[in-house]
Amino acid sequence: MELKVNGEMRITDISSLYDLITDMGLEPTRVAAELNGNIVPRAEFKNTVLKNGDSLEIVNFVGGG
Amino acid sequence: MVSEEEYFQALSGRIGEENLRKLKASTIGVAGLGGLGSNIALLLARSGVGRLVIVDCDTVELSNIHRQNYALEYVGMKKTDAMADQIKEINPWCKVEAHNVRITKDNASIFSDCDVVCEAFDDAEQKVMLIEALSAMGKRIVSGNGMAGNGPANEIVTKKVGNDIYLCGDGRSDVRSEGSLMPSRVAVCAAHQANAAIRIILGLEP
Repeated sequence: MELKVNGEMRITDISSLYDLITDMGLEPTRVAAELNGNIVPRAEFKNTVLKNGDSLEIVNFVGGG
Repeated sequence: MVSEEEYFQALSGRIGEENLRKLKASTIGVAGLGGLGSNIALLLARSGVGRLVIVDCDTVELSNIHRQNYALEYVGMKKTDAMADQIKEINPWCKVEAHNVRITKDNASIFSDCDVVCEAFDDAEQKVMLIEALSAMGKRIVSGNGMAGNGPANEIVTKKVGNDIYLCGDGRSDVRSEGSLMPSRVAVCAAHQANAAIRIILGLEP
C-alpha cells in the first residue's frame, strides 16, 4: 500500500502505526503521530491499522528546554 | 510609578493599537518555566498579553540561571512565584494564574481556557504527553523541539503540523547527545514559540 509520511510517498506492507514508527528507527514513547489530521495517542499506536492512502505526520521529539 | 494608560499607550505605539487590543484580550498558557518557558512568559508579558497561565513544579536552581530568565536572587524560590514576580515588574497589568504542580494528562485541563498553549518542557516524553492531552481538548499548541548544542541559530524554525500544532526548533538536537544547552540558542527557540503564539492570537495563522 501507499502512505504519505511527512509529506513523502512511501510504499510499504507494514500494517500498524507502531511498526511504522519503529521501522523509521524511532522510539514510540517520544513520538507524536498525526493520522489524517488527528493525533493518535501513543497507547493506540499498536491498535492503529494503516490503510492505503493514509496521510501521516510522524514527529520525533528530543529533550531540552 | 507609571499609570496603566501611560504604559499601554507606550506599548501601543510600538506594536500597534489593533495588535495590542487582541493581545490584551488573550489568555496564553506556558507549560514549564525553564529555559524555554521563562523566556516565553516574559516575551508574552512584554507584548501585552492580558492573561498568562504559567505552570511548573520546580524551584529556581543555580544551574538554571545561565539560560533561564531568572535573576540570582530567585535561587531557591518556586519558579511560578519567581516568574509571577518578574512579570509584575515588567507588565503589572498582565494577569497571572500560576500553578505549582507537575502537569499530567489528568490535570491538563488547567489550560482549558487558554487560546493557545506553549509547551516548554525539558523531557521528550512529557512533551508528547502534553500534545496528546491538549490536542484532545482541541487546543492550539506551540511546542519546542530541538535547541540543544551549538548549531547555527538558523537551524531553528517554526513548522506547522496538521491544523493545531506548531513545532519550533531544529527537530534533532537532543540535550542527551549534544550535552549542552546554550542560553542564546534556547532563547532563539523560545522567541520562535512566543512569536508563533502571538501570530495565532493576531489571527495571522488561520
